[in-house]
Amino acid sequence: AASEDGEDEDEDDEPPKGRRAANKKKAAQADEEDSDDDIPQRRCNEAVNHLMFCLSGDDSKSDEEEESMSEGEMAKLMEEVEEKKKLIANIRNKPWRMRRRLKVLKEAQQFVDKFEGALGKGKGRKLYAYKVMMMKKWIKFQRDFENFRTSCIPWERKIKEVESHFGSSVASYFIFLRWMYGMNLVLFSLTFGLVVIPEVLMGLPYGSIPRKTVPRDEQATAMDYSVLMDFNGYCKYSVLFYGYYNNQRTIGLLKFRLPLSYLLVGIGTFGYSLMVVIRTMAKNADVGGGDGEDNEFTFAWKMFTSWDYLIGNAETADNKYASITTSFKESIVDEQENQKDENIHLRRFLRVLANFLITCTLGGSGYLIYFVVKRSQEFANMDNLSWYEKNELEIIMSLLGLVGPMLFETIAELEEYHPRIALKWQLGRIFALFLGNLYTFLLALFDEVNSKLEEEDSIKNASIWFVKEYYANYSANNPNDTGTPPPIDPADIIRGPCWETTVGIEFVKLTISDIQVTYLTILIGDFLRALIVRFLNYCWCWDLEAGWPSYGEFDISGNVLGLVFNQGMIWMGAFYAPGLLGINVLRLLTSMYYQCWAVMACNVPHERVFKASKSNNFYMGLLLLILFLSLLPVVYTIMSLPPSFDCGPFSGKERMFDVIMETIDLDLPAFMGTLFGYVANPGLIIPAVLLMVLAIYYLNSVSEAYKNANMELKKKMQMVSILCVQVHNNCPGACDSSARPQGTWTSTWPTRARQGSRATP
Amino acid sequence: MGGTSSKLPKDLLSEYQELTFLTKQEILMAHKIFSELQDRENGPYSSRVSMEKVLTLPELKSNPFRKRICHVFSTSDMKDGSLSFEDFLDLLSAFSDSATLEIKSHYAFRIFDFDDDGTLDARDLEKLVNSLTGETDDTRLTAEEMRQLISNILEESDIDKDGTVNLSEFQHVISRSPDFVSSFKIVL
Repeated sequence: AASEDGEDEDEDDEPPKGRRAANKKKAAQADEEDSDDDIPQRRCNEAVNHLMFCLSGDDSKSDEEEESMSEGEMAKLMEEVEEKKKLIANIRNKPWRMRRRLKVLKEAQQFVDKFEGALGKGKGRKLYAYKVMMMKKWIKFQRDFENFRTSCIPWERKIKEVESHFGSSVASYFIFLRWMYGMNLVLFSLTFGLVVIPEVLMGLPYGSIPRKTVPRDEQATAMDYSVLMDFNGYCKYSVLFYGYYNNQRTIGLLKFRLPLSYLLVGIGTFGYSLMVVIRTMAKNADVGGGDGEDNEFTFAWKMFTSWDYLIGNAETADNKYASITTSFKESIVDEQENQKDENIHLRRFLRVLANFLITCTLGGSGYLIYFVVKRSQEFANMDNLSWYEKNELEIIMSLLGLVGPMLFETIAELEEYHPRIALKWQLGRIFALFLGNLYTFLLALFDEVNSKLEEEDSIKNASIWFVKEYYANYSANNPNDTGTPPPIDPADIIRGPCWETTVGIEFVKLTISDIQVTYLTILIGDFLRALIVRFLNYCWCWDLEAGWPSYGEFDISGNVLGLVFNQGMIWMGAFYAPGLLGINVLRLLTSMYYQCWAVMACNVPHERVFKASKSNNFYMGLLLLILFLSLLPVVYTIMSLPPSFDCGPFSGKERMFDVIMETIDLDLPAFMGTLFGYVANPGLIIPAVLLMVLAIYYLNSVSEAYKNANMELKKKMQMVSILCVQVHNNCPGACDSSARPQGTWTSTWPTRARQGSRATP
Repeated sequence: MGGTSSKLPKDLLSEYQELTFLTKQEILMAHKIFSELQDRENGPYSSRVSMEKVLTLPELKSNPFRKRICHVFSTSDMKDGSLSFEDFLDLLSAFSDSATLEIKSHYAFRIFDFDDDGTLDARDLEKLVNSLTGETDDTRLTAEEMRQLISNILEESDIDKDGTVNLSEFQHVISRSPDFVSSFKIVL
């Protein structure tokens, strides 16, 4: 058996048998001596009995039972071998020295090797040995795979460098950025592989059908740089946008069903994103610790957990010392300041005023966007527009996104909240601003879509009439030629307005201008500012570096919100512009390098401590909300709006999801069609929804019950500890003098669950 | 690298992988850095690296607890804080990303226990606060503030009211903290 000598003082794993048996013996002794007792002894007995009674609730397996006779020697041996194996697997969880772990590991491995052979005697020997070998290979494979996986993660060094200079909060932004890059890469490869590549390889080439050709009247300017920048011309009639895709039911030798694939990939994008976001949220909640009880251990946490061990830079360390000191002093003062509340009426009035001003700002920005969208619709009908007029909408939206938060911050000075609360308000307001802007933009866009839909009918008639007229003219002009007339050049056919491509173009333009504004802001706001402060400092009256404006700090929340909203726009636009995902992947890639460089070259570490971990789930929650909000418009258009008659993979159908009905009817066996018919019956769906609601209610009440049980256990623990103190105080001989409370009550307390398996002596 | 540096034998490498939370690349990197530290030792070749040399590592240089970390992880008989390669691996494993909360809190407790008596009493806490607030006078707390701070901490964490924080109380406090695992991390 493994020997657990007490050579290491970091062993808090006293053999339970010995300790508990000793306690019981001493309790028994105390009982025996009860007859010739004095009051202290009786008190001692009572305390011990009380304690044992309190602990008796979880007394599952007494030690005597563990030694009870087992079925046969084989089974007992098998048990011991399993325990040793568990020990080997968990050995790195023990806080022992390497020497000791090596020794224990070697002994355990020898034991397992020796007896595993013995167990293998008899009928199942070969099978058993084979199983053991496969298990070993599997473990080794898992370990190698883990090693390989960690080596594949990009930008580790870069992020680590940022972390050592700026602390873990700034680095958390870059980790978030990297995570987004990974998710977008998967979405891009899905779309690219299942929609774009099939159309390019197996579909009809450019110029063969009207939807894939630039119309005759646009051909002269189709290659111009300004036209391409607007995503008209050759860009508009390329794989980037919805309008290019053909509505043939199957294409190529493999009979690839492109329209079905397009629809499913569009929905699958949302499904995958949802799964990934929720999985990450669950993982964060698991590790970090959930809600509530911020104030339980403020001082202790500040003391024990505030130092960031990743800091490797002297200047950052100095900053950290200063901020820790400030934070200590603040909390000491905070305790006393909770009573003081001067002039509560003035403060309330100022807060109401501030909220009113901010609501006005939000309303004003919403109206401004609506107005600008209306104007851009008018501009669309005019010619000879200046560059500003063409891009007015995108410029205004980006400017609002820049100016709004600054305005909010200035107004918020009126409110005088605690900085953490003020930050929450600020984030909420910026979120409301972005959301309002996005939805106003969408509403205005929908207006445009509806007007295009109205045009469509008349254009459809016009285009059919045009074709008829062409053939009539041809026959009239060439009476000798009796064969079929040559087909019309695709460039000449009258085109429908194709609202989906328009929507796609709008989203792409918005994304591009967002990228430009972000990069310009970093260049001017951080880089230029740093240059000016550094070089103008030599000939300026006051110290530019210490006073105003000094170097910028990295705005974590602003950047994260920008990233989240950008992702929302991508999700909305990806269905109408499959190329948008590629653009976003490129954007995230360059952002990573650009922002890493900018933060290292132009920013200084924060003066105030910023808690990163609690905010992680907050940002994930925002992302989830944005995901749902961007799902709504897309689902609405798929379900209710009719697709254009002459462009896109769904042209000619009543609704976009008709392609699924068609597939079920034509491709799947007959019974599946009837099955889906039954499943879609409201009589089945309503009970299913009711069932889900009941399940949610049940899970909710179960979690309430767990919370209550938690509170009870906590109270019990406090009571037990107080009783232990009484035992300790009243019974001078009951506890070993060298063993502190950690030796007595903690080893018998159910930490069994915490500390994996123990070595059986 | 000098002539005394050797490659890590394969079986030792796989054993270390079993025994620590580190991946293969991290163990090899640790071996490389440790060999470099050994080469810079003056004097005869020994398997231990003195504390001064270890403290030149950039990851430890700015850490206020660097000396305590070396003392806690050192298994040297002379109690001089020198580290062997296995001690070094123990250190990196406890501070790695995948180490469990129990391991981290266990070692954090020992690092904060300045007098090595198995509990955090008021003197340990005072030294802890002084390390956290830096060396210069204008960042230190006054005696009154220090007293107030320590009494607040003991009120929060000392469950059995014996005036000290023992390992279990410390682990109870730490396990509720959302920041501890992410900040108690050193990566080479």
